[in-house]
Amino acid sequence: MTIINVQNLSKQFKSVHAVDGISFSVSEGEVFGFLGPNGAGKTTTINILCTLLSATGGSAEIAGYDCAKNSDEVRTAIGLIFQDTTLDTGLTAYENLKFHAYLYNLDRKLTERRIDEMFAVVELQNRKHDLIKNFSGGMKRRLEIARGLLHYPRVLFLDEPTLGLDPQTRNTIWDFINMLRKKENITVFMTTHYMEEAENCDRIAIMDHGKIIAMDTPARLKEMVHGDVIHLVTADNQKALQEIKKTFGITAQIEDGGLLLEAERGDEFIPKLIHSLTVETLSVGLKKPTLNDVFLRLTGRTIRDEVLQNDREITRQFVRSHRRAQR
Amino acid sequence: MIQFRPIYVICLREFKKFFREKSRLLGTLARPVLWLFVVGNGMSALIRPQVGFSYLQFIFPGMIGMTILFSSIFSSISIVWDREFGFMKEMLVAPISRLSIVIGKAISGTAISVAQAVIILILIPFLGIRLTSLQVAEVVAVSILVAFCITSIGILIAARLTSFDGFNIIMNFLVMPMFFLSGAMYPVSSMPHALRQLTSINPLTYGIDAFKHVLLRNSTPPLGPEFSFYTDLFIVSAMSVLMLTLAALSFRRKD
Repeated sequence: MTIINVQNLSKQFKSVHAVDGISFSVSEGEVFGFLGPNGAGKTTTINILCTLLSATGGSAEIAGYDCAKNSDEVRTAIGLIFQDTTLDTGLTAYENLKFHAYLYNLDRKLTERRIDEMFAVVELQNRKHDLIKNFSGGMKRRLEIARGLLHYPRVLFLDEPTLGLDPQTRNTIWDFINMLRKKENITVFMTTHYMEEAENCDRIAIMDHGKIIAMDTPARLKEMVHGDVIHLVTADNQKALQEIKKTFGITAQIEDGGLLLEAERGDEFIPKLIHSLTVETLSVGLKKPTLNDVFLRLTGRTIRDEVLQNDREITRQFVRSHRRAQR
Repeated sequence: MIQFRPIYVICLREFKKFFREKSRLLGTLARPVLWLFVVGNGMSALIRPQVGFSYLQFIFPGMIGMTILFSSIFSSISIVWDREFGFMKEMLVAPISRLSIVIGKAISGTAISVAQAVIILILIPFLGIRLTSLQVAEVVAVSILVAFCITSIGILIAARLTSFDGFNIIMNFLVMPMFFLSGAMYPVSSMPHALRQLTSINPLTYGIDAFKHVLLRNSTPPLGPEFSFYTDLFIVSAMSVLMLTLAALSFRRKD
């Protein structure tokens, strides 16, 4: 059964097409992911689906309700976990959940039972009456997930669910989400720019510049990259690039101070490759394709690069503003 | 359109937070005490008692007005905090109407404000004012009206304010002028003509005038009330309705 149906959806901010005519549908019980660099239009799409933004074109439906016209029905059917925490840090964990239950008009007896149940699921029973102020990042996330599920939504939206969390907490949260979908047949819609995280999805839509450029299962997306990926570092990468093109007819991509190229049977190809090169080989690596390689193949850029660039930009701004403050 | 359980829980949250933040309570109570006993006493020595009461007694209605002004504006500015720290999103994606959020914030802001105004009444024995229990009841009734009006104005501003940077501008260019141009410190009729125009569009002027009707009953202008009691009540009520409607409307806007 289809639970999310999006047709030709677009959103324009002044002259910028944040979302540019995308269409997709998600079936009940599926884990569906949006993968793409920052600013690709993932969050904008989520905001339209959860009725926080109105679209400038096309339509979006959740559980048969139109996101623009029947916003109250849509809101009852969905749970949300945002990028940044939306807990009230001045209240206790219990009070935050109770507030939520009242907003969603849950019956009083049911409220207490569900709250206890959710505390048990996220293993925060013994922190029930502590102020959120004293919670760690991972605990806050877990509580937010508990809150998002309190009214038993049919679709759970996760916007960068594990951003800024350590790998261990990230794994715990994923174990938890996987347990939930088995138990409750809940549909999960998530955005991420972590490749490893996207691997958890049943289907992935890769977004770039407001458009969906590919949509399939992670395994089939990776088949778009032929065979294996070889990472090669030589004394002169430019020269090596030209030589590879001439000898094998393969166009390599420059990344991380080395070359990336695809080959059908990588293990057999490497000896031939090194033999043919006139420049000195410094290192060579072989790996199975990841979603990052898929993104690289589709756009000529890697998601990781853009994230790094963003971080650098933030650092620069930080330094600038501090210098200004010192003056 | 109006849902009672969400309104109830929004109010409950505000009350809980108010009682947890002891410094906020202390701050709002310290301000009128400072004005009354430091400024008021100093000025009383300068200004000779007229028609039987001192300057200290004259500014007391204004001090109640000031307490309500600051506390109501502060309560409604919590909307900007909620937005900055993300909590507003939790309310905006819930299946509740924007009007319910606005009403919840207006009721809780009003209640907190009135509670503080009532606490100020404790100072009365130190001022040499005698109040009947009817007068106390009237002060509370007028407080509710004035607090509701100012809270609604605050919500309207908060709905438009996108970040906390604007808060200082609001304090300096709206709240402080509202206080000084309200007849709290000196009679409206003693002000120059241009300023008097401003006082006449300030809802706090009428609120404080209503307090003067209750507290300085036997005095005449310029130190006593300057408008009729019913004019005061009518203008404050009308302003409340107008401001709350505008606030609800500006909250409904979706990008």
